[in-house]
Amino acid sequence: MLPHLRPALVLLAALTAVTGLAYPLAVTGIAGAVFPAGAAGSLIERDGRVVGSALIGQSFTGAGYFHGRPSATTAADPADAARTVPAPYNAAASAGSNLGPTSAALAERVKGDLAALRAENPGRPVPVDLVTASGSGLDPDLSPEAALFQVPRVAKARDLPEDRLRDLVAGKVQGRTFGLLGEPRVNVLALNLALDDLARR
Amino acid sequence: MTLNGWLQIALFCAVVLALVKPLGWYMTRVFAGERTPLSPVLAPVERGLYRAAGIDAGHEQTWLGYGLAVLAFHLLGFVLLYAVLRLQAVLPLNPMDQPAVAPDLAFNTAASFVTNTNWQNYGGESTLSYLSQMLGLTHQNFLSAATGIALALALIRGFSRASARTVGSFWVDLTRCTLYVLLPLCLVYALFLVGQGMPQTLAPSVEATTLEGARQTIAVGPVASQVAIKMLGTNGGGFFNANAAHPFENPTALSNFVQMVSIFALGAALTNVFGRMVGDERQGWALLAAMGVLFLAGVAVTYAGEATGSGVLDGLGLTGGNMEGKEVRFGILASALFAVVTTAASCGAVNAMHDSFTALGGLVPLVNMQLGEIIVGGVGAGLYGMLVFVVVAIFVAGLMVGRTPEYLGKKIEAREVKMAMLAILCLPLMMLGGTALATVLPAGLAGPANAGPHGFSEILYAFTSAAANNGSAFGGLSGNTPFYNGLLALGMLVGRFFVIVPALAIAGSLAAKKTLPASAGTFPTDSGLFVGLLVGVILIVGGLTFFPALALGPVVEHLAGAAGQTYPAGG
Repeated sequence: MLPHLRPALVLLAALTAVTGLAYPLAVTGIAGAVFPAGAAGSLIERDGRVVGSALIGQSFTGAGYFHGRPSATTAADPADAARTVPAPYNAAASAGSNLGPTSAALAERVKGDLAALRAENPGRPVPVDLVTASGSGLDPDLSPEAALFQVPRVAKARDLPEDRLRDLVAGKVQGRTFGLLGEPRVNVLALNLALDDLARR
Repeated sequence: MTLNGWLQIALFCAVVLALVKPLGWYMTRVFAGERTPLSPVLAPVERGLYRAAGIDAGHEQTWLGYGLAVLAFHLLGFVLLYAVLRLQAVLPLNPMDQPAVAPDLAFNTAASFVTNTNWQNYGGESTLSYLSQMLGLTHQNFLSAATGIALALALIRGFSRASARTVGSFWVDLTRCTLYVLLPLCLVYALFLVGQGMPQTLAPSVEATTLEGARQTIAVGPVASQVAIKMLGTNGGGFFNANAAHPFENPTALSNFVQMVSIFALGAALTNVFGRMVGDERQGWALLAAMGVLFLAGVAVTYAGEATGSGVLDGLGLTGGNMEGKEVRFGILASALFAVVTTAASCGAVNAMHDSFTALGGLVPLVNMQLGEIIVGGVGAGLYGMLVFVVVAIFVAGLMVGRTPEYLGKKIEAREVKMAMLAILCLPLMMLGGTALATVLPAGLAGPANAGPHGFSEILYAFTSAAANNGSAFGGLSGNTPFYNGLLALGMLVGRFFVIVPALAIAGSLAAKKTLPASAGTFPTDSGLFVGLLVGVILIVGGLTFFPALALGPVVEHLAGAAGQTYPAGG
């Protein structure tokens, strides 16, 4: 193997410098100049403060906001660093639930969420994305049906007519790319920001 | 299943097919050392590299020399990556102050990236510094991919040359592939991804205050540059823990589509390179056809499984298929298609959690890997894996008619068949052997997050993915333990190098043979009959080897789920 040592060492060093440093730094430089907002993480500012990223979901619990999907992300337990505790929409540690199709824990979680949703809006079919955790735990979107399902609750909490909220949701629906790729969706953070704007006016 | 879903599948296939010829043409020129549109810029760089490294570009290696060069290069790459991971705390570009990676995890991750597996026992955003991501992972993504392509070239030369001693120069193949193919494509691709919303920054994580007043720490980093090569090089190791399900690692339906295409692009085009180099493009199309048949069957099963929904959620009055572990922007079809593509191609990136797939939906990714990832396959690795199966299929055909088997004018004799079987058999040894060990040892049984047959599937998936150098996971398995880190790393190394060495030996022995002219008795290897025979051999070998293990995992789980049976958490 000895005659291979010099080519191996030199090529490894040179190609490492090119692909591991020059290439990512060049992309960083060009991206920062051409797409500064996207390169920084599509951050949204309100009144000079960063309120989140357009691409990253966040936790909503109040009745007056549209809620995102269940999130299975966790964080270190403040009381005991070796353990983790549920921390929905932890954007520093993405994760799915990894519960399998015959998991009793999954069945219980879904049934619990379903009971709460049916109490809030009886008689309507529940869209599956409202009771299933996303793969990243950071899904920024809901299906349009899942957003519309929450209209009665939000309307009551905000004291707004349901029709206005339905129009608001309809205005925030993004269709399939080229009418073909992916699925129709509503960005929850954008929807809730529009909701706050509606209340301000 | 919807019409829109099938249209997305059709569009995906059409785009991949359309890329086969142009990419095949370009790569053939690059590897033959001919002028390309990029030569004015890159040729001086290439010459400078050879001079510094003392490489004579005209000097070729025997199969043994080629193999030793591969091993020497990987050994050094392994040491470098291990060192970067262990020392990241004191190296620059660590804005989140990540501590050194633990020795067993660093060993596993180094083995994982050097072998193009990219198994993720590390957490990405929660474990690695930016320097580790760039200098450690991104660079190995390039070099392990380039190595796979180089090895495929060596094997193709074995078929295309007659009475030759050498199979090419590893150094030249490696350098040309990196400079002319991977780097330019990735540069353009990474910028497209940033345009879709993927971060590319050296700034630390962002602190946001949510609308409800909570604090949210949002991890960012140099994501796009790594994701481009992660896909194009069928590496699959994520910048983030959730891999391509993370909105920053796959922001839109369009980025998702392009990522799927880029997983297949180079692997599919290599069948065309093969056809061009052996002087008959139809031979390449025949291989791609065999791959396509297996691929479409897998897509149909997974799509049906996920669209129908899982046992637990059935009967609860929900609308939509199985969305546990999937993202809304992709939906059922784009998640199912991605899962089949990534396991067919040895990529291992995931845009949905395979662990939460239905039993049948999760069966297809397992089978894809167990067949040796020859359905398009990893860049290079898929082609040489497929050619190993071709040797066996031709041998079987020869037995049936009682003639000495020939492929492309080369007699396939005992030595080639022995080497092919060695390459094929080392995979089940690691996949099934590792699974068997883990299911009897306490350290192995501590791993699964789900009980019952699904827990068994989690273990089986881990060893299958490691030995096949895929890197995707049933992520519930707690793999970051000394037991799994060590045993899975061993599986990856065996799965990579115990296939590479026999494949190179086949290359060397074929190159030395004369090429016989085709006669009336020659079995035409560009025909539908040959494609059918090849698919049959692949399925029979895979089925006989893996059916018992599959029956204990996904098959039992499917039947139990249909009967309404659930299992409590824990291993």
